[in-house]
Amino acid sequence: MGSDAIWIVGSNMTKFGKHPDKDVIDLASEASRKALKDAEISLADVGVLGVGNLMNAGAGIGQQLQKQIGQTGIPVFNVSNACATGATALRVAVMAVKAGETDVGMAVGVEKLAGAGLLGQTGQKPKSETWEPNGRYGALSSTEGRIGTGIMPGVFAQIGMEYGHKYGGTSFELFARISEKNHAHSTLNPLAAYQKRFSLDEIMNDVMIAYPNTRPMCSGNCDGAAAMIVVSDEKMKSMPKAVQKRAVKISASVLTSDPWVDGCQILPDVNTLTRNAATQAYEQAGIGPEDLDLVELHDCFATAELVHYDNLMLCEEGGAVDFFESGAPWRDGAKPVNVSGGLQSKGHPIAATGIANIHEVVMHLRGEAGDRQIEGAKVGLAHVIGLGSACGIHILEKVA
Amino acid sequence: MSEEQKSEQEKSTGKVPFVDYLVLDKTPYLQAHECESCGSRYFDRRNACAKCFEDTFRQVPISREGEVTSFSIVQMGPIPYVSAVVDCEGTSVKCTLMNVEATPESVNLGMKVKLMTYSMGEDSEGTEAIAFGFEPSET
Ligand SMILES: [Zn+2]
Repeated sequence: MGSDAIWIVGSNMTKFGKHPDKDVIDLASEASRKALKDAEISLADVGVLGVGNLMNAGAGIGQQLQKQIGQTGIPVFNVSNACATGATALRVAVMAVKAGETDVGMAVGVEKLAGAGLLGQTGQKPKSETWEPNGRYGALSSTEGRIGTGIMPGVFAQIGMEYGHKYGGTSFELFARISEKNHAHSTLNPLAAYQKRFSLDEIMNDVMIAYPNTRPMCSGNCDGAAAMIVVSDEKMKSMPKAVQKRAVKISASVLTSDPWVDGCQILPDVNTLTRNAATQAYEQAGIGPEDLDLVELHDCFATAELVHYDNLMLCEEGGAVDFFESGAPWRDGAKPVNVSGGLQSKGHPIAATGIANIHEVVMHLRGEAGDRQIEGAKVGLAHVIGLGSACGIHILEKVA
Repeated sequence: MSEEQKSEQEKSTGKVPFVDYLVLDKTPYLQAHECESCGSRYFDRRNACAKCFEDTFRQVPISREGEVTSFSIVQMGPIPYVSAVVDCEGTSVKCTLMNVEATPESVNLGMKVKLMTYSMGEDSEGTEAIAFGFEPSET
């Protein structure tokens, strides 16, 4: 019986961290070839290629990758969607398979960032002799610092603080404890860029980047790649039994952008589009947050993780602080969140992130997550958000 | 404000605002483009309304008084500063808080603040640039 289900049959991520001896294409090649091998499939069978890379968005990384691992003439979609770039590349592959254009799609996300420093607004115009208005605000010089901040750590700090203003219960220490959890989780993940456990004191006394986020509470820039092979239901059923046994069903694949809400052009609203994506994803999958065995969410900063407990409806509206205080998001809690260590310790090679978080869920659902395995995991959710904004949510299920 | 009005203002006062939406009246204030059809407010140059897609706007003054709904103390540069979002009677404004220590003890969510302006200095032709911030309201 035919079904329009889409399956992940191959998945891989490189070690995240510093790869001084490898370029972007080396990393993308490694993840792609291992994902193909994982699926026991040849590149010749792949009918569409979605490739995400942010730092070289105009460079045709997809075609450069083909020139190293195999040129088959298939359509390549080079995508760039801020921190949701990887999820966007996967969406392209999923849409193409769903549309019946091909049976097999490959998605790759890759980034080299080690040593890039903190990312955000750049591009101050050279100082002119006289005051000249520039841009859509007619600003006489860079607005950064003069009119608040647009740099990520400050923006996401304000997003967490806004939640605190609305619902209460937040504090510097609370946000630091979220980070403490993720760093503790990372000790079990050999692919994480940082596997160091930090005490709460160490986190709170580290360098302050943008209050209330200290350095360990910010995602780490690093290098890495992740790749995934997706196939149609029909194709999956024609694959070797061993591949079928490890196949993971994509029960929901959703991408949203910001709907207009009051104030969203002042402080980015990462809440509404995440909540919208979650609502759509739960509906598509026909399951609810209560069914999730693990969640990988976009903790680009500790302050962001808190608001997404709420946005993904892991708790009641306004209940994110209580949810955290209950111990639920720890790996031995009721709703493990970021057992990979999250972006704060696993690292955040931007375009790879949106596939790597799905890879993490795949590993658990297959029962191949090693020391950090969440026992008996059957359903998982991966969430990513790119400021601007784009939100990708995938819900995966182990069905076979 | 139109370009002509703007250069008029510059000629008569020798002052220019840091951004278009700061109006340098005797009592300076911030001004928003308000969608005539749905009432949404914006501070940047608009092509259309992001909420209702219409493209006619009127200029409306924003309250000079507000309440801090979010903040961060940005410590990535040489001088820490407080970035904040202020709710000015229903309109959100992004700003830097002035005349307040950049420490968590000195800033509170819900804190009452008011608009202030300050000089950014003069250019080679003697034109003075005026920027805005918000500062704690005296009680
Ligand atoms: Zn409108």
